[in-house]
Amino acid sequence: MSVPETTPVIGVFALQGDVREHLAALRSSGAEPVAVRRPGELAGCDGLVIPGGESTTMSKLAVSFGLMEPLRARVRSGMPVYGTCAGMIMLADKILDPRSGQETVGGIDMIVRRNAFGRQNESFEAALDLAGVPGGPVEGVFIRAPWVESTGAGVEVLASYDGHPVAVRQGSLLATAFHPELTGDHRVHALFTAMVRTAGESGREASGGRISGVGSVDCR
Amino acid sequence: MSSTSPSTSQPGPLQAPATGTARVKRGMAEQLKGGVIMDVVTPEQAKIAEDAGAVAVMALERVPADIRKDGGVARMSDPDMIEGIINAVSIPVMAKSRIGHFVEAQVLQALGVDYIDESEVLTPADEVNHSDKWAFTTPFVCGATNLGEALRRISEGAAMIRSKGEAGTGNVVEAVRHMRQIKNEIARLKGLDDTELYAAAKELRAPHELVKEVAGLGRLPVVLFSAGGVATPADAALMRQLGAEGVFVGSGIFKSGDPARRAAAIVKATTFYDDPEVIADVSRNLGEAMVGINCDTLPESERYAGRGW
Repeated sequence: MSVPETTPVIGVFALQGDVREHLAALRSSGAEPVAVRRPGELAGCDGLVIPGGESTTMSKLAVSFGLMEPLRARVRSGMPVYGTCAGMIMLADKILDPRSGQETVGGIDMIVRRNAFGRQNESFEAALDLAGVPGGPVEGVFIRAPWVESTGAGVEVLASYDGHPVAVRQGSLLATAFHPELTGDHRVHALFTAMVRTAGESGREASGGRISGVGSVDCR
Repeated sequence: MSSTSPSTSQPGPLQAPATGTARVKRGMAEQLKGGVIMDVVTPEQAKIAEDAGAVAVMALERVPADIRKDGGVARMSDPDMIEGIINAVSIPVMAKSRIGHFVEAQVLQALGVDYIDESEVLTPADEVNHSDKWAFTTPFVCGATNLGEALRRISEGAAMIRSKGEAGTGNVVEAVRHMRQIKNEIARLKGLDDTELYAAAKELRAPHELVKEVAGLGRLPVVLFSAGGVATPADAALMRQLGAEGVFVGSGIFKSGDPARRAAAIVKATTFYDDPEVIADVSRNLGEAMVGINCDTLPESERYAGRGW
């Protein structure tokens, strides 16, 4: 199985949020990161990160600019996606208390509670053991963070805090309520990049195609 | 959940959770990047802002244009009014304290606002000292007209900077001046060697450590937004092209003819700031923009940007 490591093209959903930090973390993890604001940019990606930000803002912009349906289609067809904080909310099949018109991409069979840990004054850092990430605890930075209220049978809980799941995985979808991109520790991004490589390899075997068919443009 | 501190609940050998750290405060601003923060004076306006895609709202009693018109001393808003807005929306809520009025800031922290703006739009309470912002769990955003001012605020604990502009005028000229000034001064630092950075720190009247950090990063160590005079989608996109990571819009939205439409348009133009076709498209039929004031006719006493130092 010792094939040379590929450099997957991983998009960062760049409508709003801490995009720069994710681009840097992905670059350090051996991926080629690109900012994605348009359906055409999504088409060239082997995987996607949905960053932290305001989930209501992201949802409205994604609908306005025609990204929601293409993104759902890619999720259905197995593209790996990693969401942090607002990105976790975007990957949830259901939000407990959505704002009017707030849509999610969905894909992970879970219900999330927005701002579950409280307002900014309750935002905190704590070390967390994260299944699948070797080398000791990761630093969890929780900012007005959601938690996972409940999960379906196919969802693997990778970490919990205070009894609530805060990191989950279902198939090729990964979500954390906290922000590894703010810490300089890129192990979670390395895990995700490995997930994208694996998906690319199985996709290549299935279709005989290359990992990404479209050239990419670095927008930043 | 708001009264439950996570510090009481985590079992096991892991370190105790920490609130109010620099990373949590600055990290909060990182989440606002690419977004628009809108001034609102009622819960109804806050909802319009949230529906339009604002990343946060600034709760205040009067928008800067009205503070200008009414005159008198401008203070922190009524706690009832701030709480009403906190309860109306799920996005972060910011509120303003006077410069140096650390008790107003304590009150805002107690109310649970997500960010405190120590703002020159209100009448300064201290002519020498800004508040010690390290003493708070709630993060602060502060205005700046140049790099030295920005770094002095950061050294006092500010976790986010906004260029000041001239609030309540609907005229973007001062915001442009301040953003260009800050970016030019950062660019200049990048060309200096270690020896020269000591003299630069002295010139900027800012801590050497921060000056060195900026020279290395090529940007501020905190998020930089633009504020003061943004009234149109093109204004917002202009500030982003000049280097702002997001924008505050004060009087520009709710002093215009069709606030909901204009708010949504400014949000879209802020995201697609480098795409003139999107900006053109969202700029159509927005109704009347706020009338605006020419800054060169403003007497010195009515210029807010000179408040703070």
